[in-house]
Amino acid sequence: MRIDYHAILPELILSGTLLLVLVADAFASPRRAWMAMPLSFLGVVAALIATLTLIGSARTTFAGMFVVDNFALLLKIFFLSVALVVLLVSLRYFREGRWYQGEYYFLLLTSFLGCLLMPSSRDLLMLFISLELVSAPGFMIAAFRKTDPRSNEAGIKFFLIGVLSSAVMLYGMSLIYGVTGETNLSAIGEALAGGLPEGQEAVVLASILFIVAGFAFKVSAFPFQFWAPDTYEGAPVPVAAFLATASKAAGFAGLLQLMFVAFPAQWEFWTPIFAALSVFTMTIGNLVALQQRQIVRLLAYSSIAQAGYMLLPFALVSANAGVNRSAFAAATTYILIYAVMNLGAFAVVIAMSREFPGLQIADFAGLARRAPVLAIAMITFMVSLAGIPPTGGFWAKFFIFTAAIERGGLGPWLAVIMVLNSVASLYYYVAVAREMVLVEPAVDRPLAFPALVSGVVVLATVSILAIGVYPQPFAHLPRLSTLVGR
Amino acid sequence: MNSGWEDWAITIATFLPLAGAVVIVFMPRDRDRQIRGLGILVTGGALLAVVAVAAGFDYGAGGGLQFEVDTRWIPVIGARYHVGIDGISMPLYLLTFALSFLCAVYSWRFVPEPGRTKAFIALQLVLETGMAGTFIAFDLMLFFIFWELVLVPMYFLIGIWGSANREYAAIKFFLYTLFGSVFMLLAFLGMYFRSDPHTFDILRLQEFGAVGGFSRTFQLVAFTGVFLGFAIKVPMWPFHTWLPDAHTEAPTVGSVLLAGILLKMGTYGFVRIALPVLPDAARAWAPWIGGLAAIAIVYAALACLAQKDLKRLIAFSSVGHMGFVMLGIATLTPIGINAAIFGMVAHGVITGMLFFCVGSIYDRYHTRMIADLGGGLMQKLPYLGGVFAFVAIASLGLPGLAGFWGEVMALLSSYQPADVLSDNLAMFRAFMVAGGVGTILTAGYFLWMLQRVNMGTLPDRWKEAALPDIAPVEWVSWAPLLMAIVALGIFPRLVFGVTDGAVSGLMRLFGG
Repeated sequence: MRIDYHAILPELILSGTLLLVLVADAFASPRRAWMAMPLSFLGVVAALIATLTLIGSARTTFAGMFVVDNFALLLKIFFLSVALVVLLVSLRYFREGRWYQGEYYFLLLTSFLGCLLMPSSRDLLMLFISLELVSAPGFMIAAFRKTDPRSNEAGIKFFLIGVLSSAVMLYGMSLIYGVTGETNLSAIGEALAGGLPEGQEAVVLASILFIVAGFAFKVSAFPFQFWAPDTYEGAPVPVAAFLATASKAAGFAGLLQLMFVAFPAQWEFWTPIFAALSVFTMTIGNLVALQQRQIVRLLAYSSIAQAGYMLLPFALVSANAGVNRSAFAAATTYILIYAVMNLGAFAVVIAMSREFPGLQIADFAGLARRAPVLAIAMITFMVSLAGIPPTGGFWAKFFIFTAAIERGGLGPWLAVIMVLNSVASLYYYVAVAREMVLVEPAVDRPLAFPALVSGVVVLATVSILAIGVYPQPFAHLPRLSTLVGR
Repeated sequence: MNSGWEDWAITIATFLPLAGAVVIVFMPRDRDRQIRGLGILVTGGALLAVVAVAAGFDYGAGGGLQFEVDTRWIPVIGARYHVGIDGISMPLYLLTFALSFLCAVYSWRFVPEPGRTKAFIALQLVLETGMAGTFIAFDLMLFFIFWELVLVPMYFLIGIWGSANREYAAIKFFLYTLFGSVFMLLAFLGMYFRSDPHTFDILRLQEFGAVGGFSRTFQLVAFTGVFLGFAIKVPMWPFHTWLPDAHTEAPTVGSVLLAGILLKMGTYGFVRIALPVLPDAARAWAPWIGGLAAIAIVYAALACLAQKDLKRLIAFSSVGHMGFVMLGIATLTPIGINAAIFGMVAHGVITGMLFFCVGSIYDRYHTRMIADLGGGLMQKLPYLGGVFAFVAIASLGLPGLAGFWGEVMALLSSYQPADVLSDNLAMFRAFMVAGGVGTILTAGYFLWMLQRVNMGTLPDRWKEAALPDIAPVEWVSWAPLLMAIVALGIFPRLVFGVTDGAVSGLMRLFGG
């Protein structure tokens, strides 16, 4: 079998980099340990360049297990950009905390390697391996603030839930393989579309249920969401940012491929499940977020609610290929825009964390005076997360509404539930803005925060506003995907 | 005038304030005077551009779009940058720029506690772009973006510079209006997918709606969505509860812009989108809208009689005046719609001016409670008292002043609503009677208010107080409004002449 090395070049570069980081760290003096970050950064940039050279090509290798197409490329570029941002905001945090920097960057890059593989995986096994590659290092870096019991709790909880969900998912996958005799997603799709042998419908449906449940854990959907707030709160903040964006997006990328490629024929069975998952996830996330006092927990519940929005397009799948395409593009767009605004918000939190390790929402008091740039940025992210124009978050929601209305039937009702949720969510998002602008600061001196972090914050703000005013270049990308509606 | 100007005039005017806001954001915080000066300069420049547009406007062809731009914006969803101006937009567009400019002038001297001039002026400018854009957008998505653009600045204007209960009022305003507008958005999406070919263009949708392209069931559902959005903004009874809080707590400039322009976005939405695109639903809903409007008129007047806070009284009077506007719209006749637009402009000028007066009274007395003021304003501050009395009398609808035409024509049109509403003739005549009772009550509460505030003897506690009368800055920012009140009262053609062509074009749908 010939291997297309160009197709896997980004992954190869990233693997090389992470090994290099590990080795360099073993020999570098502790004072130089932070050098792992620039090294990782360069590696990710190289991987990004390698990915860019693949644009426009459609490649398949490893007998169809690994595919490079528009969908994969879009998400790879996205994951690598997120990696750059997470690296930038990690430097100061880990350097000042003196937490095993070399190991951290090694594990983080390993996780991103999983993210990078995920959108190319068109095979049950590959999908499972990618997902584990994302999660397993995550268990460790979530527990990286070793002296803090909450961080230990974060890691343990994440680990137990993650392993349990993997087991459930793998069981479902094994059943699917048993019925169809295939592990390739398209082949499974064809086998399942062609009518099942008598007596096996129940097995197929049960295994779909298992797989969906497994992914529901990964993307922290109700009723499997309870690990997320504790884990995010206990983990180092850059790790929480990673878990809430890249890790979640990887879960969704896998889910998108499974549901739209392998199981579309069974939509009548699983769309109601997604409708219920979506509605409960967004509602519970928003209601609990209303009562939060700590910013990371607030963002955690907000990201649960946002996961509910992202699950909605799955509930819109039907026999209508046009609507399926819209739903697919809406989910992808939402994931991408959500990541930008959420990363921005986490970057602001990281900037705050040096002076306020407790990260209460009350700590934001008077930030508009103490750090106007951070405050304006945070207001933009909050308004965007609430989905108010002219920000990117509005278009993210807009595409989901569009798909829902286009779908008809149940769609408009789901859209109504989602708009009610968006309005409710505004209350807690604005509460953060209120704290920054309307409340007087306890001390009236400028807030000190790292330059790299503020660079990230400004970049994210500009992107969110730019997408808000002119979404065209961004919004047409997910539609280029050939994954759905061929 | 070359064609480049024709193409970009209203775009420049609309976005100039936003550009000004961006510049102000980058100015140092302590350059107080320069920031205020820039605010006046930018709003003044935009106003000049709009005056030039008004001068170049072909009033004989007010029915069609002028200064139109229709260009690609977001092809992936079929949204276009389509702006233009017609006879219905023109008065409201001009009003937006005029009031914003006068507010900027007023802010030269009066920046309310806690200062923070930079943010105050910048937010006003962002607000101006949002308001102005709403009146020229001819694409539903563009309309929606401008519509929502006003929320955040207004939230902060109320939340930072408002009075005691400001935070509650600000978040109530924000949540309430957002609640309405998201349903409006869903209705817009429904219109897009039910139109053939799919379009967000308001004119195309009007054509499509006129030939009966939308099924009746769909129209009723979609109308419910847009109704929620517009009715909350107007606000119509029983969706008005955010208004007394927001208007009362907002700083003077915020109240003026809220009452003067923001409310009109709702009524404008009815005239521009709800009626022409969904004519069948409009017919079905018209009696209900008329009924709610009649209730609003009487309810607001009764509520005003019970108010102890001067500013809250004026806020409630807005509910009543907007009731007349909605009654005019509900009749679906050209007279009614013309009356509605006239009413919007008149209310913008008069109530804006009333809020200026109340703001200045508060600035002197540091109280807005009628009992604390205790009367005798005419003795202590004769000029301010005189202006206040004049504007209050204009607001109660005295013939010869601006408030008269909108109300009397709304009542007139409800005597004979459009032919399609002939089944509901008795109902509309009942609304007319209710509206008539409302005008009497309105006169009652305004006169009673003047009696308690302006007349009587000055209480001892104010006798020694050094209270300055109207300052030059106030004269400058008020004089145009005072003149407009008289001018509109004597020459109602100033508005009707502009709107009539566009309105009759629009209302042909209803056999008017």
